[in-house]
This record gives sequence, structure tokens and C-alpha cells, in this order.
Amino acid sequence: MKIELTVDGDMVSDDVEPRMLLVQYLREKLGKTGTVIGCDTSNCGACTVHLDGTSVKSCNVLAVQADGCEVTTIEGLAQDGELHPVQAAFHECHALQCGFCTPGMIMQSVDLLNDNPKPSEEEIRLGLEGNLCRCTGYQNIVKSVQAAAGASS
Amino acid sequence: MTAVTERPELEIGKSRRRKEDQHLITGRTTWTDNMTLPGMLHLAILRSPMAHATITSIDVSEALKRPGVVAAFTGQDFAETQGNLPCAWPVTPDMVNPGAPSLAMTQVNHVGEAVAVIGARTKVAAQDALEAIDVEYEPLEPVLNMEAALVEGSPLVHPNTTSNKSYTWVFEAGAAGTGQPIDDALANAEVTLKRRFIQQRLIPAFMEPRSTVVQPIGNGVLVHSSTQIPHILRTMLALTLGIAEHEVRVVAPDVGGGFGGKIPVTPEEVITTLMARKLGKPCKFTESRSESLMTAHHGRDQIQDITITAKKDGTVTGLDVHLFADMGAYLRLVGPGVPVLGAFMFNSIYKFPAYRFTCDGVFTTKTPTDAYRGAGRPEATFAIERIMDELAAELGLDPMELRRKNWIKHEEFPFTTVCGLTYDTGNYEAATDKALELIGWDALRAEQAERRERQDPVQLGLGISTFTEMCGLAPSRVLGSLAYGAGGWEAASVRMLATGKVEVVTGSSAHGQGHETAFSQIVADRLGVAFEDVVIIHGDTQSSPKGLDTYGSRSLAVGGTAIVKAADKVIEKARKIAAHLLEANEDDLDFEAGSFTVKGSPGSAVSIGEVAFATFMAHNLPDGVEPSLDSDAVYDPTNFSFPHGTHLCAMDVDTETGMTKIRKYVCVDDIGNPINPLIIEGQVHGGLAQGIAQAMFEEAVFDDAGNLTTGTFVDYTLPSAADLPSFTTDRTVSPSTDNPLGVKGVGEAGTIASTPAVVNAVVDALRPFGVTDVQMPMTPERVWRAVHSGDADRAPGGTNAYGGASTSTSDGGAR
Repeated sequence: MKIELTVDGDMVSDDVEPRMLLVQYLREKLGKTGTVIGCDTSNCGACTVHLDGTSVKSCNVLAVQADGCEVTTIEGLAQDGELHPVQAAFHECHALQCGFCTPGMIMQSVDLLNDNPKPSEEEIRLGLEGNLCRCTGYQNIVKSVQAAAGASS
Repeated sequence: MTAVTERPELEIGKSRRRKEDQHLITGRTTWTDNMTLPGMLHLAILRSPMAHATITSIDVSEALKRPGVVAAFTGQDFAETQGNLPCAWPVTPDMVNPGAPSLAMTQVNHVGEAVAVIGARTKVAAQDALEAIDVEYEPLEPVLNMEAALVEGSPLVHPNTTSNKSYTWVFEAGAAGTGQPIDDALANAEVTLKRRFIQQRLIPAFMEPRSTVVQPIGNGVLVHSSTQIPHILRTMLALTLGIAEHEVRVVAPDVGGGFGGKIPVTPEEVITTLMARKLGKPCKFTESRSESLMTAHHGRDQIQDITITAKKDGTVTGLDVHLFADMGAYLRLVGPGVPVLGAFMFNSIYKFPAYRFTCDGVFTTKTPTDAYRGAGRPEATFAIERIMDELAAELGLDPMELRRKNWIKHEEFPFTTVCGLTYDTGNYEAATDKALELIGWDALRAEQAERRERQDPVQLGLGISTFTEMCGLAPSRVLGSLAYGAGGWEAASVRMLATGKVEVVTGSSAHGQGHETAFSQIVADRLGVAFEDVVIIHGDTQSSPKGLDTYGSRSLAVGGTAIVKAADKVIEKARKIAAHLLEANEDDLDFEAGSFTVKGSPGSAVSIGEVAFATFMAHNLPDGVEPSLDSDAVYDPTNFSFPHGTHLCAMDVDTETGMTKIRKYVCVDDIGNPINPLIIEGQVHGGLAQGIAQAMFEEAVFDDAGNLTTGTFVDYTLPSAADLPSFTTDRTVSPSTDNPLGVKGVGEAGTIASTPAVVNAVVDALRPFGVTDVQMPMTPERVWRAVHSGDADRAPGGTNAYGGASTSTSDGGAR
């Protein structure tokens, strides 16, 4: 099937198998390897991207479902060489170690703050429940979302 | 020559933000699975659906007809070339190692074992074709319970063995001459307490699934792999597959966590290498999460029978430990040695005069086990910290007072333990006092009493873990005495570039630990250069040709020391040239803050950068001095490092529903001198999460047929942000006297310490209900059963919570 969509600001168009997942399309067809695959049951959230401005697990969306949509990945989050406040906060607060969950964690955090610019600690923890991290124990991730919330106010 | 500039601020001790982060937060990563090469074939592996079976036939011919498929092979096709996966730790001379082919030959011994491999032009083509492979199995009886497996007449996992026991490893302090005979302690005990604890099976569950890309180049291979051990992998691939070592290059690019899970040489690495060589094409294999949980090695899985003896006043007199340790179906790289790493840690911080440790390594038809964060020491710490609480309850003593009575006092360091290890430094009193204050222990105890009094359905429990561990693996001689198949040194090179920038090559191979940042801080201080002027090179056997990689909290204490020693050699080389440039005597030079100055003549100085440039130019060097400051060092540690700390957990336990919730978790760790407090805290947080997850959430469960029933992240329940609290972390500092930085390891401490603190808290809450143990993971069901069972001694595991699936081992084995 032919699809046409915008990914990180660029119009792209491809023929894809109907069963191809959005994450496979991003990684294998577009080389957007910043978005990663961490599981096969939509539990880990490592593949989280924004679809028309809202976070989705791109392993849980077919590429054809993204036809006509706007997709933002971790690679398109920084604007004009300026890190997004959440990216900067992840660095500042040491919210990543191995970094594998980080793209998804950052994309989900951005979405969380879009919905709720001043979340409580509990709201942050619940908002990130669908994104697993094995390295950090989440403490500094929570802290960085709080820091980003403060920075953007 | 410049005037002496102001001394730069010291880097060590600063919470430097990490150098590693930029590409990780922007998605410019180099995970192995990101790689695509011209002509690359994608592999898919057919895995056994049977726990134990003879392969009666395999037919791949239909698979070969599928679109895009280039090749399909079975174990028999590699009979002459695949060899056996290496096990580098034959813990006893008579240890039984039945062999471990990467692709099964005639029999499968666990669900998920690789049976056939397909190479295709796309990943989906390879995966689609798996269903076309026809395999016939003749089922054999699965072997799932360690104790039953050792009974005469049990079905054998491996037909080429006579028993399911791989080894029995024994240490007895009386016989070793490091303590008194255990038999005397047992015979003369005023109090004897026995407990059985179950270390459930866990899965390391690093976030990045393992991936390997192999390019055939000439007679050799270039291997990219998601591994903790590029250097060991190089040597082992060479030995296993008969490729000349110098024709093997291994690169560990960005690696997404390991936790011990990426320590072994894996079947998939060998299979991908075999395929690339056979087909003459680059090949890639990336596992799915389900494959990872099913086939990447598991951890823990011990039955621990612990006997402690004491005087009535609480003075401990002896400790007798017997373990059954599940090896799973095969011996992996260091699998047999994992329980042995715990052998010297059960006595922990306490002054036991007598001690015995016996471990039976057992084969079952389950996924092989190997190192998982802490490897042996979490198991030991759990058993001793649990039984100290049980002894306190038995004697009617306060659990902290019992510990204080028996632990090594600050003034007794260095202290040689009943195992013969010498703990260099520590201060258990200081860490404990600080932790008690931070958590508000006395107020919590008062609240607990009040809630008990009014029979609050939600009870409060307070748990303690005063732990130590041995890490910084390891003195090569000690490893030799334990029959470990390698040394414990680490290598480093420091290279001064013409412009004064510094390249540091290390043989340790980070996968999230922040080495680039911490090592840069060390070198910046040592050479007096800017943090930004140092680059750390690692994880490629071509650019960092020598090393023993990253595990066992060794990178800083061993790898960091190697860097210090290499940097010191640079300074000594530079000193000769600086003396020449300054027209002074070498002995009259001071080196401080990156500059050589002449004693008594402070105006005259030359920086190490200037010496580097002069060396590069080589126009004006002293006679006989080579034009290079670059230096190598290989450091073999003289001792382990012994971090310690006090972890306290306050837990609300709902006796009506079995729900538990951590209300407060405080830990005070002593890891020697801190290099980067920010990174240290991160390591502790992550370690705590994994240790708490063992106590509360995670278990690899097999059903009666030997199927892993927790084979996805739906069932193998890693904690999320919503499942964990914020931790209060702090430190005391007792610098190690065994290395120049005064550092100890921190990578595993949180995991080692936290599990018993959490379980002790729950048991403490429920002691008035007659509860003396709750099996891990302490699911609400198990907690509820512990409260409500008339026989509350042990909560039976694995019922509803696991869809009715459980084995006797996951239930806690025979009582």
C-alpha cells in the first residue's frame, strides 16, 4: 500500500506491506533508528513517537495507519540545534544510563507535559507507567520531568 | 614557557553531567540492530517448543523455497565447526560439563533452545519461513525440580552424564585454616536456627534486546555485538570456532544495559558468525523480547538451607550454608561460578568463628543461568540478613542490636574474615547511625507499636539490611585459586596528542555506567588537563586491544586504577622532557595542576600540553629519549573492594488484601571516595529498583512441562515508575586502602543490599500473625496467604497469580 506522511518535518512516501508496523517503517525504510524496539507486547514504550502530536507506541500502530499523519520521533524533537527542554532536563538530571529507553521515555514525557504542564510526582509516575527503564529506578526521570515542567513555566 | 596558572578546580567529586548523553537523548545512537550493510542477510532462529526431547528429524527444504530465503541450516550442518559454547569457570576439577552446542544436535534441553537458523534478504522473510521448517521431537521427561533431579533414578537432562549434578563446591573454614571447625560450632551451640530461603529465578531483562552483526573479512570476522565483554568474546570466538584471534575484531557499540545478562558468549553470537562465514555475507541476528526472556540466560534460582548457631546472648558462633544452584540446561560462561562468588559473603559483616559453605550445581531442563547483577552476593546477603532477623526474633532481641553485637567494629579494620578475606576499611556504625536518623527509625517504631496496639488492618513493617559485598573483580591469583578461566587485571593507555588533548584507552566496556565521564574526571585531575580535553576510547578490540571488560563492579576500582597508573607513566616520561626544556634537574621538578615547575623557582613552568607539543615536534629532546609520552598500564588488583552500607525500608502491609507499599526507603552506602556523586546516585537508584523488584515483583516461572510462562513483559513484571517510591540515598566515606583512588565498586551495591531489607520489612509487619517468611516475589496473594494461612510459615507460591502455573521450585521446593 502506498502511504504518504510527514516524519520529523519531511514529507515521505512509500509502498509498504499492510502488516508493517510504524516502528519498522521508521527504522527499516526511513533509517530513523533513533526510535528503538524493546519488546513485542507494547509494554516497554521504547518505541514511543508522536502521531499528530500525541504519543503512541509505534510498535502498536501500523505504518498504513500513519498515512496522512505527522510523525515526530526523538530525532525531530530538537529544533534548530536547540534541545527540547525535556531532552535538556534528562541530561541535566542524569535521567538516563544506557539510554535505550530514553527516546521513548522523552517522547512520553513531552506528551505528559503537553497534557499536564504542572504534574505532581504521582501524576508523572502514573503518566510514565507504560515506559520501562531497567537502569535508573526512575527517580531521576521523574526529577527531570519536574525540572522540565519548571523550566517551561 | 608560561607562568604557572591558577590550579583548576578538582574534577573528582564533582557531579559532572555525562559526556555520553548527547547522542542518546537525540536518537543518534549506534545500537547493533541499527546496522545495515550491503548484501546483509537477516537471520531468524527456530526454537524448541519442548523442554526435553530427542530430535528425530528436521527438514528445512520447504523453508528454502520461501521468498527471500537464502539459506537454512541445522545443528548437524555445523557439526564440524560449531564446537561448544565456552564455560570458563570449572569450579571443581570433577565438574561435569556435558557440552553446549549453539544449535542443538540430537536433543533439546530447554524450551527456546536453537534448533535451526534461516538466512533471508529481509527480517520478515526469515521469520515467515520459520513455520516451514519441519521438526519431529520424541518427548523426554522434563527435569524441573533441583532436589528431585538429584535423587537416584531421576531422568537425566544429558544422556552423556550419570547424574544431574554438575558439581559440589565446598569451603569449610576449619579445614581452610581461616576459622574454627563448623562441626564443633554445631555440636556445642546454645541456640541453633535453621531456615530454608528461596532465591527465585530472575531474568536480567536489559532493555536492548541482544543483537549481533558479523561481517566476514578475509579469513576473519568483524563482529558487532550487544555485549559486555568484547575482549573476552574475541578470544572465546577464536577458541570456539578455530579462527585466529588476530583475525577476529569485536566491537561493542552502544550497548543498552547488561546487568550480567550480556556476559556470556551466546549461541546467537556463534550462530551469526557461523552463518556469515558459511555464506560469505554479513549477517545480522536481533532477538525479540520474547526470545530474550526465554533464551538469554536467567539469574539467581537457588534453594538456600541456612543454619546459624549462637549463644543465648546473641553472639553468633557458626554459620552452615547449603545451596542447590540451578545451572539450567547448560553451563554458560561463568554460570557455575556465580554461587561460588557468594561463598565468601554469607558471613558478611559479622564475626563468625566457624563457617561452612556447600553448593550443589544442578542441571534442569530450564534456560541456563549465569550472572545477574550482584551474581552470588545478593543471594548471600539475602540469606544472612534474613536469618539475622529470624535469630533476633528467636532470641527476643532487637534486630539492629543483634547486628551491632556481631559486626566488625570500626576500629577492628583491616579485618580478616572467617573466609580469609581481608576487608580493608569500613564503618558500619557510622552508616547505620546516619540511616537510622534519615528514616526516623524511633518514630517509626513507635508508630508501629501504636498500629499494632489498635490492630490497624494496615500494619507497618521495618526492614534492615546491613550489607557488605566483595567486588572490583579481581586479584588474578585469587581467581586462579578458584579455577576461573581468566585473570582479573585491566588495561589502559594514555596518549598525549600534539595539541595537548588526551586519548584514554580502557579495556573496560561500559553499557550505561558513565565511564567516559568518570574516567575523564580522573584523568583531568591526574594530568591537570581540562575535563573536555579528555576522550575515552573503549569497546572495540582494534582500538582498545587489551581488556577484561565490565562486570562485577570492577571498572572503577580496577580499570580506573589502570588509567591512573598509565597517566602516572605519562607524567614520568614528561618529567624528563620538561627538565630538559626547563634546564633543570628532573628531581627538582614538581608536577601539580598540569604544570612542571622548578622547586624554588616558581616563575618558571611548562605545562604538560607544552611538553606534549615539544615531544611531538621532537626538535629538542634529551638524548636517548623517544619522542612519545604515550603510556600503557595493566593493573592487577591486590584485593577485592568491599563496599558496605545500611539499607532501611518502611513498608505498609495491608493484612486484608495483601497489598504492600514501600513508604520510605533509606540507604547509606559507603563506596569509598566518590568520583561523580550524580553517577553514583544513579547506580544506587537503579540497583535498588532491581533488588526491590526481586523482593516484590519478578519471577521467571515454568509450568510442569517446562514452558516459561513469564515469557513477555506482560507476565515478567519489571517495575514501572508507578511501582517504585523515591529513595533517600546518602553516603559515608571510608576510602579503600587497596587502590590509589580509594574507591570501591557501586554498580551492584543497591541490588545486593535492598532485597532483604524489603522482605524483612514485610515479615516484621506480619510477625504478630506468626509469619516468619514470605516467599519472593511477595505478591499480594502470597502476603495474604502468609497472614491467613493457619500454617503461616511459608506462603505457597505460583497459584492464581501465575495462571495456575508453577513448579515445586517456584513454590519453594520441598519444605
